[in-house]
Amino acid sequence: MSNLELATGRGRKQTGKYGSLWREIYRNKVIYLFISPFYILFAIFGLFPILFSFYLAFQKWDGIGEMQFVGLDQFRYLITDTVFWKAIWNTLEIWIYSTIPMLFFALVIAFLLNSAFLRYRNLYRIAYFLPNVTSIVAVAIIFGTLFGNTYGFLNFILTSFGLEPIEWLNSRFWLKIAIASMIVWRWTGYNAIIYLAGLQSIPTVLYEAARIDGASTVQTFFRITIPLLRPVILFTVITSTIGGMQIFTEPQILVGNGGGPNAEGMTIVLYLYQQAFTKNLFGYGSAVAWGLFVVIAVFSFINWKIVQRPES
Amino acid sequence: MIGKHAVVKKLILHLALLIGVAVSMFPFYWLTVMATSTTSDIYKFPPKVTFGTELMTNIQNVLANIDFFGSFVNTVFVSTASTLLTLFFCSLAGFSFAKFDFPGKKVLFVLLLATMMIPGQLSLVPSFIIMQKLGWVGTYKSLIIPGMASAFGIFWMRQYAQGSIHDDLINAGRIDGCNHFRLFWNVALPILRPALAFLGIFTFIGSWNDYLWPLIILNNPEKYTLQITLSQLNGIYNTDYAMVMAGTLMATLPLIVMFLLVSRQFISDIAAGAIKD
Repeated sequence: MSNLELATGRGRKQTGKYGSLWREIYRNKVIYLFISPFYILFAIFGLFPILFSFYLAFQKWDGIGEMQFVGLDQFRYLITDTVFWKAIWNTLEIWIYSTIPMLFFALVIAFLLNSAFLRYRNLYRIAYFLPNVTSIVAVAIIFGTLFGNTYGFLNFILTSFGLEPIEWLNSRFWLKIAIASMIVWRWTGYNAIIYLAGLQSIPTVLYEAARIDGASTVQTFFRITIPLLRPVILFTVITSTIGGMQIFTEPQILVGNGGGPNAEGMTIVLYLYQQAFTKNLFGYGSAVAWGLFVVIAVFSFINWKIVQRPES
Repeated sequence: MIGKHAVVKKLILHLALLIGVAVSMFPFYWLTVMATSTTSDIYKFPPKVTFGTELMTNIQNVLANIDFFGSFVNTVFVSTASTLLTLFFCSLAGFSFAKFDFPGKKVLFVLLLATMMIPGQLSLVPSFIIMQKLGWVGTYKSLIIPGMASAFGIFWMRQYAQGSIHDDLINAGRIDGCNHFRLFWNVALPILRPALAFLGIFTFIGSWNDYLWPLIILNNPEKYTLQITLSQLNGIYNTDYAMVMAGTLMATLPLIVMFLLVSRQFISDIAAGAIKD
């Protein structure tokens, strides 16, 4: 028992199990007061809204008039709503196009930054992290000019190499690439910094042993670095999955609330925003939110399965 | 021979890293080029890739079309208030979890961690309705209050407090007659300063860049924060690109300057937080 526990009187003789528990709670009332703000705020602005949104999903409501109970109608409509399904697939596509290159480049950058005797490491870290501080609104506005359909900077590059210009914002595939590229630009440095910290926690003895055994750089990378970095990689995969399912600002600024031509840039959260806050379909918006919840739950489950996978 | 090999290797290493830096920096460069040019320069083909001389004109156009300083002041106010309140409530709760024993502590802490898994967008609609009922729509209360005791912040402060505040120090404070709050304010807070610095910057940046929730809540242009004003500017005036770019530059620069001043420690803390998890 620590000094602190002795001082707070935990070692005293107990009189009656419940009496002493209540006394203990009463004696610590100030501590409960100290931690209470989180629980009070969560109850009002976290828990209650979630329960209420479950209730709302069964109602038809424009936010002003009377609510009308419609049972499962909105969920029935939801699973046949082609735009909702399109939003799910778009979100998944954008997530894949962004996460894979982002984590790959982050790993390469971290590996390079971890080289022994590298000078200016701190300057590099700052340069790579800077995009993450920039607001998504600003990023989307800047990238909008890079990806312009006719005058964009990228089309200038393409045409100067004799290639055909691409109508980035009108194309099913290239619009998603444009959105994904903003995510890659903004988050690669962040992930590289995290990988770098992971790499620095790997004991150098292991590398020395590998070098003595005559292992090449590539072998060292795949046999030592990657396996030992696995927990850190999982952390970045999980955070980028949660972030990727909630993409909103990039398409909203780039192609507007409707998700652009043929709703090719429509994501789940953008659809939720559009239905609830531009069309005032509060009930249906809540049903979309629960659809989003299911998608995230499925992905979290997959992530969890990967984490649980036994080491081979 | 070996020395030469090492030099070549180093050169390749720096070259590879510098290509990455160029990609990282190019959008900032391009933003500055556009913000200093005229709109017709931006639409030129091939585009102009050097800085222009029109920055002042573009800034004047921004100031004439939108209330930039108003939005700037609003953003500074919201971000500062959010940051100060977050620091206070998170360090108070984090310290309590780290240094005191009380019935139900474990359950309460696990509950707190579990709430971090809930996606915020799930409650977007009902949160808006609650704000309507409270009469908080269009006010800064709805931006500041719900997040001012964040689970992440409490977790972060608790981790730091556990490793840095000695039990002896708490006991000494008690003997000197400090009550719980004095223990927190006079003994713990000075020690928690490095953790407060990180959480403060993290909260400030997040609040400064927040977009979806303010977009839903703020309905009066006089109360707009910079991100909302910026998106309006882009939506309404995107024929005058040079002006939009000048506005984007003006809204982005303060945060970048602030970040550069504190970057070294901040980046290390970001990494440390992720690795500890």
